[in-house]
Amino acid sequence: MRLPFSALLGLSLTGLFLFIAIFARWIAPYPIDLAVGGVWEGPSAKYWLGTDTIGRDILSRLIYGGQVTIFVALASSILAFSLGSFLGFLAAVKGGLVDQLLSRMVDLVMAIPSLIVALVMLSVLPLNLTVLILVIGVLDSTRVFRLSRAVAVDIAVMDYVEAAKLRGEGQSWVIFREILPNALSPLVAEFGLRFIFAVLFISTLSFLGLGIQPPLTDWGGMVKENKDGLIYGKAAALMPAAAIAALAISVNLVADWVLTRTSSLKGGRGG
Amino acid sequence: MADNTLLEIRGLVIQATSYPPGEPPKEVTLVHGVDLTLQRGRVLGLIGESGAGKSTIGLSAMAYGRGGVRLTGGTITLNGREIRLASPAALRSLRGREVTYVSQSAAASFNPAKRLMEQVIETSIAHGVMTRPEAEARAVLLFRKLGLPNPETFGNRYPHQVSGGQLQRAMTAMALCPKPDLVIFDEPTTALDVTTQIDVLAAIKEAIRDTQVAALYITHDLAVVAQVADEIMVLRHGRMVELGETAQIIKEPRQDYTRALVSVRSLEHAEKPPAPPVLRIEGLTARYRGTHFDVLKRVSVELPKGQTLAVVGESGSGKSTLARAITGLLPPSSGRITFDGRELSPDLAGRSKDDLREIQMIYQMADTAMNPRQTVGTIIGRPLEFYFGLKGAARDRRVQELLDEIEMGKGFADRYPAELSGGQKQRVCIARALAAKPKLIICDEVTSALDPLVADGILKLLLNLQAIEHVAYLFITHDLATVRAIADKIAVMYKGQVVRYGQKSDVLAPPFDDYTDLLLSSVPEMEVGWLEQVIAHRKMESAGN
Amino acid sequence: MHPVLVLVVQRIALGLLLLLAVSAVIFLGVEALPGDTAQAILGQQATPEALANLREKLGLNDPAITRYFRWLGGVLTGDLGTALTNGADIATSIGQRLGNTLFLAGCAAAISVPLAIILGLIAARYAGRWPDKLISGVTLTTISLPEFVAAYFVIYLLTQVFPVFQPVAMVFPGMSFWAKLQAVALPVIVLVVVVLAHMMRMTRAAILNVMQSAYIETAELKGLSPMTVIWRHAFPNAIAPVVAVVMLNMAYLVVGVVVVEVVFSYNALGQYLVDHVSKRDLPVVQAVGLIFAAVYITLNMLADVIGIISNPRLRHPK
Repeated sequence: MRLPFSALLGLSLTGLFLFIAIFARWIAPYPIDLAVGGVWEGPSAKYWLGTDTIGRDILSRLIYGGQVTIFVALASSILAFSLGSFLGFLAAVKGGLVDQLLSRMVDLVMAIPSLIVALVMLSVLPLNLTVLILVIGVLDSTRVFRLSRAVAVDIAVMDYVEAAKLRGEGQSWVIFREILPNALSPLVAEFGLRFIFAVLFISTLSFLGLGIQPPLTDWGGMVKENKDGLIYGKAAALMPAAAIAALAISVNLVADWVLTRTSSLKGGRGG
Repeated sequence: MADNTLLEIRGLVIQATSYPPGEPPKEVTLVHGVDLTLQRGRVLGLIGESGAGKSTIGLSAMAYGRGGVRLTGGTITLNGREIRLASPAALRSLRGREVTYVSQSAAASFNPAKRLMEQVIETSIAHGVMTRPEAEARAVLLFRKLGLPNPETFGNRYPHQVSGGQLQRAMTAMALCPKPDLVIFDEPTTALDVTTQIDVLAAIKEAIRDTQVAALYITHDLAVVAQVADEIMVLRHGRMVELGETAQIIKEPRQDYTRALVSVRSLEHAEKPPAPPVLRIEGLTARYRGTHFDVLKRVSVELPKGQTLAVVGESGSGKSTLARAITGLLPPSSGRITFDGRELSPDLAGRSKDDLREIQMIYQMADTAMNPRQTVGTIIGRPLEFYFGLKGAARDRRVQELLDEIEMGKGFADRYPAELSGGQKQRVCIARALAAKPKLIICDEVTSALDPLVADGILKLLLNLQAIEHVAYLFITHDLATVRAIADKIAVMYKGQVVRYGQKSDVLAPPFDDYTDLLLSSVPEMEVGWLEQVIAHRKMESAGN
Repeated sequence: MHPVLVLVVQRIALGLLLLLAVSAVIFLGVEALPGDTAQAILGQQATPEALANLREKLGLNDPAITRYFRWLGGVLTGDLGTALTNGADIATSIGQRLGNTLFLAGCAAAISVPLAIILGLIAARYAGRWPDKLISGVTLTTISLPEFVAAYFVIYLLTQVFPVFQPVAMVFPGMSFWAKLQAVALPVIVLVVVVLAHMMRMTRAAILNVMQSAYIETAELKGLSPMTVIWRHAFPNAIAPVVAVVMLNMAYLVVGVVVVEVVFSYNALGQYLVDHVSKRDLPVVQAVGLIFAAVYITLNMLADVIGIISNPRLRHPK
C-alpha cells in the first residue's frame, strides 16, 4: 500500500516532534531557564532562533517546551481514551440504567464549553502537572465516550454479534472478539484528534497563565511570555505558535489518512 | 418505420472509476457496446441480475450517469438527435420534457419538504409545457387514473403522509404529467409487498396504455416485466444476451442464460409424510418493550423432525418476530415453546448450551451476519471449538469438510467475507449453522437479498443438506415461489396471526381464506396476460359481491 | 396542541433543566474539589483564627446545599454576590463587560455566518474541484490552530508585515459606534478566522449530505437548472442542518472570545473571568461561568428548536 504524500509528511513530522521531545536533554544547546545572551538578540550561529525577552535561547526553550506540551497532551489523551472508551463500551454493551446514567452525566459535562469547565475547576485546584493532566483528560474523555459508545452500539446491533450471543458466547468474547476489532480503526483516528485537542487545550491554558507554571514552560506559555517581541517585530516570537500549529497539523494529516483508509475499508466491497 | 424510432442506442460503452481499498483507483467498464432501438409507444423490458448494467443503460436514455458513471462511447439518438455529447443546457431541455424517470424508491425520490402536487407539476411548468391550472388538472386526472385515493386533494399531502405504494403511483404521475415521449421505470415495484405490487403494476400498465407513451421497464423479475413489456432485452455483465418479443422470451428462450432465468422459480419439492415434531409452539404472544400492541398473537405451529415449515407473510406480519421469540431474543409474554420434547426457557439466559447449539440461525443479509475481521475458517471453526472443543488440525479438517458440504472446496478458509460473492457468503453462514450439528435451523429470508439464480442454488443446497443431515428448517419468507420450492408445511401470517396453516398441499389448494387468496393470486406468474386475467377476475368478484 | 409546539416546549423545558443542573455542577461540583476558599483568600500564612473568622463571615460553615440554594436564589434575582478580592458587586462589574463581549462576538458572527455559508455553498457546488480543494485546504490548516496562535499570526501579519492595525483593542464607554468598530477590527478578524473554518466545513458537509439525496437526483432528472435544484430542493432541506452548524459554532465562539479578549487585552467578560481564575476568586468565576454556560445552552437549544420547526414530518403529521 502506498502512502499519500500528506500522510507521509504528517507521519514524519509527528515522528520528528516525538524524537525531539524524548531526547530534548541531549538536543537542546542551552539550559531551559538560563539567560545566556542579550535581550531579543536576532538569530545567529550561536542562537539559531535568537534570544527572548530576558536573554534565554529560544530554540532550547522551544525544545524543552515541546517536551512538556507533548508529554501533557499525550498523558491526558491516553487518560481520556482509556476512561472514555472503557465507559463507552460498557454503556453500549450493558445498556439500560448504566447507559442512561453515564450518558446523562456526559451530556451534562458537554453542555458547557470545556474551557469554561476547566477554568472553573482550576480556580479551586492547585496548578500542577497532575491536576492539568487529570482535568484535560477527564473533560476530553466525554468526547471519547460519545464516539466509542456510538461505534459500539452500531456494531452491537449487527447480526454477527447477535449470532455470537445466540451461540452462547460470554460477554468478554462479544466485546473483545466481535466488537473491538471492528471498532478499532475509527478509534485510532479519534486518538489523533483527541491528542490535538489536548495540545490545543494545554497550550491555551498556559497562554492564559493557568497551565504550566515556571520554571517549566510549554509552547503556550512561551507564546504568552514572548508576545511583546511581536510588537517589536521579532518573528522569532512566533516560533512557539508555529510549533503548536505544525504539531497539530501534522497529527491531523495522519488522523485524516487513517480515517479515509478505514472508511474506504467499510465502503470498499468492490463493484 | 424510421420516422417512428424514438430512441436508438448504438455501441454504448459506460465506464466508472472504482476505488478498491488499498489499491490505486481503476477503470471498470459497466456496459460493453450495447445496441437498442425503441419505437414510439412501445415498451421495452430490460432484465438482468445485479451488475447487469440495466439501470445504467436505462439512465443513458437521458444521457445521465449516476454517481460518477460516464457514458464513454457509442451514440444515443433521441428524437433524431445525438444526446450523449449534448451540452448541459440541451440535456436540461430534454430531461423531464422528453424523457422522465420513475425510481425504485419513491419514498427517497420525493423532496420531503414540498407538497406532492408541487413536485408532480414542477416539470410541466418549468419546461413551459402547460400553465399551472392545466398541469394541476392533468395531475388530478393522472392521480385518478392511477387509482390514488381522493385524487382532488391527494396532491396537498406531503410525501411522508402517504403509503409506499401510493408514492410509487404518485411518482408515475409525476413522470407522465409533462406528456413525455419516454418514461424510464427503474424497478418501480421491487420495494413493495407482493399484494401492493400487483395494484401498482396494473396502474402503471394502464397509464402507459392510455397515454401512448414509450417506456423502458427495468427489473430483475422476468415475471413482472412479462406483464408490461412488448419486447424484452436480457442483459448480463453489461452485455446483451438476448432480445425478443415478450412471448418468445418467456416461451422459447434461445440462450441458456435466458432459459435459466425463465425456469428460475420452477423448483418444486415433494412434501414429506407427517412425522413427530421437533418444535412445537403453542399460543405464543409477544410484544416489543415499550410498545402497546402484540406483534405475535396466539401463534401455534408444529415443525416435524427433518422437515421444513415455511412461515409466509408480508412486511409487518410478525414472521421475523416469531424467529426472535423461538431463539429467545424476544421472550414471549405468554405461550410455550417445546423443542425436542423439552420446554425451552423463554429467554436466552435460561437456555442450556445444548439448547443453543441445537437451534441455529441463518440471516437475510449474509454481509452483516459475518464478522468482517474474521476469516471464513474462524467463522466456521468457532462453533466447532465452542460446542465440541475441537482444536488445531482436527478443527481445520472439520472446517474443510463443511466447506466441501456447501460446495465451496479448498482455499476459502483463509479468506475474509469481503472477498466472497453474495452466494458464497450465504453458503458460509449455512456452514457455520451446520457446524453446530443443529436439529433446527431458522432461515430468515435467506434468499431474498440474492439474485434469482444464486437464490436457486442456495435453495437446492439447503434441500440436499436436509436430506443428508436430517435437520429441520423454519423458513421465513415473503416469496411464495420459495415456499413451493422448499416447504413441507406452511403457516401464512397476517398482522401477527397465523391465518392458514397445514401441509403444503392443503394450504396451497382451494378453498382459500380471503388473505391467502389475495396473496397467492398476487404473485406474478411467468406468462403473458396473467396480470389482465387476475385484475379481470378480481373485478368480477367484487362486482359479484 | 400542535405536536410541533409540544416538542418545542419539551425542548425548552429540557434546556432549562439542563441549565439548572449545570448551575449545580458549577457550584456543588467545585465544592467537592479539594481546596479551601478561606485559605485561598488569606494565603498559606493565615492564622487559624483568621480562617475561622472568614469562614463564618462567608457562611462557609453552612451545608453546601443551603449555600447553593442561597446562591441560586441570588442569581435568579440578579444578585451575583460580591467579589472576594475587592468586594465589588459582581453584577455591576459584569454589566458593562458583558456588553463589550457581546459586541465583539456579535461583530464576528455577523461576518462569519454569511461568509461561511457562502463559502460552504461554493465548496459544495464545486465539490472535489479546485475551489473546493483550495477552501478545504486552507480551512484544514486554520482548524488545527488554537485561537491565540491564529491571533498572533494575524497580528504579526496585520501590524508588522502590513501595518494597518493596532495590536491592542480598547473600547471605552462613550466611544462612537464607528470608533468601536475600528477598535475591535483585529480581534474580530481573528475570531472570524477561527470560527469560519469550522463553520464552513460543517456547512459544506451538511449541504453535500442533502445534495446526495435521491430527491436531488430526481430534480436533476427533471431538467431543472442547477440554481433551481439548489434553491427549491436542496435549500428547504438544508436549513435545519445548516442552522445547527451555525449555532454549534456560535457556541464555539463563546470559548474563542475568552482567549481573544486576553490576547488583545480587551476589557470584557472573558478577560474578567481569566483574571479572577488566577486570583482564585470563586464567586466571580462561578457567576461568569454560569453566564457562558447559559449562552452556550441557549444557542444549542435554539438550534434544536429551529430543527424541529423546519422538519416537514413534524409540521405536517400524518
